[in-house]
Amino acid sequence: MPPWLSWVDLSLLQTQGWRLWAGLQVTVQVVTMSCAIGFVLSYPVALMRLSRHPLPRAISLAYVTFFRGTPLLCQLYLVYYGAGEIRPWLTSVGLWWFFRDAFCCCIFTFALNTGAYQGEIIRGALISVPRGQIEAARALGLSRYRVARHVVWPQALLVALRPLGNELISIVKASALAAIVTLLDLMGQTRFIFARTFDFSIYLYAAAIYFAMTAAIARLWTMAERRLTRHLSRAAAVTPLDMSVPRAAPLSSGLSTALHTR
Amino acid sequence: MALQLLFGSDGWGPLLLKGAGITIALALASAPFGFGAGLLLALMRLSGSPALRRICGGFTTLFRGIPDLLSLFLVYFGLQAALNWIGGIVAPGQPVTMDAFVAGALSLAVVVAAYSSEVWIAALHAVPPSQFDAAAALGLSKRQAFALVTLPQLGRVALPGLGNIWTILLKDTSLISTLAVSDLLRAASEASRSTLRPLLFYSAAAGIYLLFSIASGGVQAMLERRANRGYA
Repeated sequence: MPPWLSWVDLSLLQTQGWRLWAGLQVTVQVVTMSCAIGFVLSYPVALMRLSRHPLPRAISLAYVTFFRGTPLLCQLYLVYYGAGEIRPWLTSVGLWWFFRDAFCCCIFTFALNTGAYQGEIIRGALISVPRGQIEAARALGLSRYRVARHVVWPQALLVALRPLGNELISIVKASALAAIVTLLDLMGQTRFIFARTFDFSIYLYAAAIYFAMTAAIARLWTMAERRLTRHLSRAAAVTPLDMSVPRAAPLSSGLSTALHTR
Repeated sequence: MALQLLFGSDGWGPLLLKGAGITIALALASAPFGFGAGLLLALMRLSGSPALRRICGGFTTLFRGIPDLLSLFLVYFGLQAALNWIGGIVAPGQPVTMDAFVAGALSLAVVVAAYSSEVWIAALHAVPPSQFDAAAALGLSKRQAFALVTLPQLGRVALPGLGNIWTILLKDTSLISTLAVSDLLRAASEASRSTLRPLLFYSAAAGIYLLFSIASGGVQAMLERRANRGYA
């Protein structure tokens, strides 16, 4: 190390760095898996919200309201500790191995949570496609699937791109809660190291790593967005994705806020 | 059985309600400081001094880029450490302690300040610049122009964004339960540990949080209607 850097004490990182690395890997796994499952959930949730029948609409609304209106930590406790209470039943249906594991509980909860948020994002994006385009495509004799595949999705996904990026960043940040139910993710390892060394600077290192992650995602997402929307580039120059637009529009929000808060 | 545990004479209902009160108190105590500090941050980020802009911009970006839980830890333990350090200089030998509620509210306020400064900046941009010219032409000082012209218009534009942040704040208070404040979630944890009925008590807590969220959504809609009553 050059002498002018001698004031930096890296001994903590030398002895404990591998723990942070291991934790980072767990964090990345939790985030990617829950976001992917949430994305799969989001489309049916959005379709049910937009359904003509009251029952699916009510189910979807209840799901979205619950997961957006209660703290994620409370949901996590409900799943993680609640599963222990119904252990005999879970064992009898062969699901106990899943809910016994903090890692699985975290992914389960985070996926359901982000599914609700992503569902609202997709719903807003679907509504943003002008009704006339769908009618025109139907009038041209395109099947329902073709209308969705060639008319609705390409336009809706571009609208959803930016809020989905924000949601990904939100989940990276929210994943730190996994540490509270004993999972040794980045935050969990940080707390573990602090409990051993009482060196507060480990929290600063963790903050730096989280910050680098969210900043990198914001950068990459902006680049991807610029590329995907290059045919629209004259209409609106893409401003860089913000590090995090706080999640959640008010619960009572209708379409207007769903579209405009992002 | 479940009802007995919640509402019976020696049930856990009162504890939960007390926790719910503390949750609301935490949110109400940190909101004014957070929103106020957020407005100050926004003004400094739009100020003429590059150093001030850089520092405040960095502060906001940092706290918006790391997990809320980590921000709370940093501020909470950082505050305690700073107090100990100051106490060590002022009155050596006497340990300084900080009330957990106050420390928790302050750390929430820091997170809220970082989030809300973005909302304030957008609102400040929404005030047409020609109004400053008009204010100057009327002979108002910069300070008067801000207090009499800008400030009254900010609320209306900022209201939806601040409402979002209020909802986040309400839910973020649950993170304080991991520190030392016995808020709603901590009360539910205590009850479920004693009775071994986590499903019941965490569902009850979730129900109360949900009630708060829905109620604040209603209040928000009301405030927005009121703020927009002069506008078409």
